[in-house]
Amino acid sequence: MTEQRVSYTLDSSLETVDNAEEKATRIATELGFGEDEVMQISMAVREGAVNAVLHGNAYAADKKVTLAFERVGEELVITIRDQGKGMDLSKIPNPLAPENLLKTSGRGIFLMRSFMDVVEIRPSSAGTELKLIKRVHGPSEGAKEASQ
Amino acid sequence: MTMKVGSRQVDGVTIVDCSGRITLGEGSVILRDTVRDLLSKGNKKIVLNLADVNYIDSSGIGELVSAFTTTKNQGGELKLLKLTKKVNDLLQITKLYTVFDVKDDEAAAVKSFK
Repeated sequence: MTEQRVSYTLDSSLETVDNAEEKATRIATELGFGEDEVMQISMAVREGAVNAVLHGNAYAADKKVTLAFERVGEELVITIRDQGKGMDLSKIPNPLAPENLLKTSGRGIFLMRSFMDVVEIRPSSAGTELKLIKRVHGPSEGAKEASQ
Repeated sequence: MTMKVGSRQVDGVTIVDCSGRITLGEGSVILRDTVRDLLSKGNKKIVLNLADVNYIDSSGIGELVSAFTTTKNQGGELKLLKLTKKVNDLLQITKLYTVFDVKDDEAAAVKSFK
């Protein structure tokens, strides 16, 4: 990421999920994150995009997903916004609870929280804004070059 | 890389060799259809060989859970074989490692069915 901030407006489609993951992988790699961290960031972005496309915009053709990557000091800040009805945070179950272990869904936000340093979810009537932050730990030479 | 599956029989146990990604969309659907097809044909001892599965997302994890419970509900057993580190880590943090019977050796996996 040669610029400090890049932003994309994407359709509410399955292709967007793969696209968002690919962008996250490329940008995190450019910033010098290690292989495991790149995987964590790309998976968190994928899960965020899935939520935006499926649960937020519900595949609506007239609704868009906005994806932004920003380098702020020693942090990679990723923002994903949808135009849905807004997520009801009270309805998110704990996927580690024994009664939920065998459920086939409900692990996306848990995975994001496991992989990122900060996960903020701001629902509103105009949609949900998800902010994911990963701190750059000991950037490599490649990261220094990419950030210049 | 999309997901590919191939199945073979070893001593009455169906080994499903999976490769690629088990993710929302095609990968999850392929896995679901494969397991349902096996069960409908009476193959109820199933091992999912995940040695060549390099990526799995929350939808893919859900599909593994679905395959496990669907098989169990039909009187069968589904086990996992040769997890990559990434998949192993995901099953650990989601506590699903305690749910699945995970094997590292194919012969041992086949023998473990009653």
